[in-house]
Amino acid sequence: MNKSGRLLAVILGAVTVALIVIGTLDPSSTALAYAGGQGLVPSSSTPELAVRDLAAEIGMREWGRAYGSLANKAEFTEQNFQNDLTGYYLSLRTYATLDHFQVRPLHATANDAEMRLVLYWSTVVGTSVSTRDLHVVRDGDHWDVDWPVAKKPDVPPQVIPVNYLRWDVIYPGAGDDWGEQNVEAPHVRIVDMHPVQRAEGVVILGELLNEDIVPAYVSVNATLLDKEQHPIASAGSFDKISHILLPKQVTPFFIIFPNAQLSDVKSIRMTPFSTLVPASADPVIAIDNEHLNPVPDPSLTGQVINQSGQVVNVAHVLGTFYDKSGQVVWVAGEYLDRALLPQTPEAFDIHIPEDLARDISSERTVVATYSERGEQ
Amino acid sequence: MTGLSAMMCCAAMVLVSLAAGQAAMAQSSGLTLPSSIAAGSAFSIQTSGSGAGTLYIVGPGQVIKRDVQGGGAAFISAGSLHNAGQYLVILTGNGPSETQALTVTPAAQPAALSFLAKPSRLPVGLSDGITGAVYVFDAYQNLITAPEPVNFELSSPAQPEQTRTVITRNGAAWTEMNSTAHQGNDKFVARIGSVTSMRVVEQVPGDPCGLQMTASPAGSEVKLATAPVRDCSGNAVPDGTVVTFTEAYGNSQSTVDVPIKRGIAAVEMPAHPGALISVASGVVMGNQIRWER
Repeated sequence: MNKSGRLLAVILGAVTVALIVIGTLDPSSTALAYAGGQGLVPSSSTPELAVRDLAAEIGMREWGRAYGSLANKAEFTEQNFQNDLTGYYLSLRTYATLDHFQVRPLHATANDAEMRLVLYWSTVVGTSVSTRDLHVVRDGDHWDVDWPVAKKPDVPPQVIPVNYLRWDVIYPGAGDDWGEQNVEAPHVRIVDMHPVQRAEGVVILGELLNEDIVPAYVSVNATLLDKEQHPIASAGSFDKISHILLPKQVTPFFIIFPNAQLSDVKSIRMTPFSTLVPASADPVIAIDNEHLNPVPDPSLTGQVINQSGQVVNVAHVLGTFYDKSGQVVWVAGEYLDRALLPQTPEAFDIHIPEDLARDISSERTVVATYSERGEQ
Repeated sequence: MTGLSAMMCCAAMVLVSLAAGQAAMAQSSGLTLPSSIAAGSAFSIQTSGSGAGTLYIVGPGQVIKRDVQGGGAAFISAGSLHNAGQYLVILTGNGPSETQALTVTPAAQPAALSFLAKPSRLPVGLSDGITGAVYVFDAYQNLITAPEPVNFELSSPAQPEQTRTVITRNGAAWTEMNSTAHQGNDKFVARIGSVTSMRVVEQVPGDPCGLQMTASPAGSEVKLATAPVRDCSGNAVPDGTVVTFTEAYGNSQSTVDVPIKRGIAAVEMPAHPGALISVASGVVMGNQIRWER
């Protein structure tokens, strides 16, 4: 090894030691939290750091440590705190992980502050965002968070008679004759279809009707064809549809072809799919106070109310938006990451693209539900 | 292909090659047998010459082997040769092989019908909405290609029976029937002589017709209920069918999808003075009510 090589090794060693010393004496709050330590100096020395520490502990599901850091922990139990974040009942939030968070200061004085914490949860159906406005108070040389816990909704004791229909299906056995009748697939029909060009690609919007007397599991596929009737691309509605349709029920559907150009498309082949499935007419979900909010932040807001007696674990609210002529101009939806308790309203807020908002004059909302019992 | 059928196929190929090599001899064969028999029939094959020999009957999916004495007869019992098609009869022994062709035709008597009835469920009042197709088979599952008259009968409890008679072509016959105006399970029967096959076709109500609702106060809410929901033929629309109630007030609205229960759909919604309440089922609109209380 020559002289310059020895010099480089010495420099690298010295830098490494210096970084270790700096990281030990003044670690970043997030790194400290993920390392599971408290550090040599208190990290909650500012309101923002206090909220960041709390969010990091929530992200690691360190419920005990997060609860212990709260200023108002005497007002509720650690279990209440955990359930407030993960849900009191099985829901999308139960298995969600915190992807990242943002902290925004709203107001601050010498002894208290208002901070906004935006939590971005990763769920099985995408990102779910929840926002909490937190009151942070000074306690000596550090700051603690007052957590605004949402306690478990109280459903008054009552008996809700459930006597709606349920459909079961008996299929032919394996040994039945060739030519034996099978159970007829439900008859479904596309009652509206409208392609639009958006910045993200070609979007096909429409509505599908179950015109049969039996429930149907439905989906819709679309194939874009060029001038020679050759397929350009195929795609399905995936989860932008209510898959279980009771008799005479209508669902919107939304199919996107990323990066496709409508000018390249000569025709579109639509393929609705339906199959007979066991289903229940319960639960009935009412949608109350639906309201179209105008620009600059256009949205459809309202409340869904579970009118049945069972808990709905996942609810998917789908809005269909129409122009003055009644043509579908947009379809959007929102998953509610909290379980729907009987008779308990739950708010929804579906964002509408700003450039389309002025064209929208009416809307129709449906709710697809999924319950732990497996019925719908 | 199963091992057995592969083996039979190879045997058939070998024997056919053998027979081809002896074609001239086959022309002057000493075998005496009918040129055509019905599937499953008993028959005999008379041989000539002397000495021990072996008789092979090779055809589609079937090979029969018999040890014979020259000048004697080989008896093929009823039901032994049952697959319709073209066969080769080959006699091997001490001398040159002898070959004859044998045609096995489907039995004349139909024994089974494969009946495809579509759909199994359809709305009432559809012209030519029901399709029935029949394939005629003998007792050995050979398709009978000779023309046969097939009677199609669609019967319902409340309507006169519809009948059609169709002659089969190449073993198949098909027809179309109208669904009746009344819901229920109809029997769809295909018949040739005493051989029948039955399917059940469920005729179900069509779209609701003349959907009407009434509104009445219920505390702070308004109770909405439809009249018994029926289709245009008067059939009751089945329970579970979804009826949508929409209440528009100011710039807001409320919606509930309610399944029909015991013939009607009913729901309670918030009472908003001046609200316009409408009812629909699928693509069918009902009446509208303005709630003024």
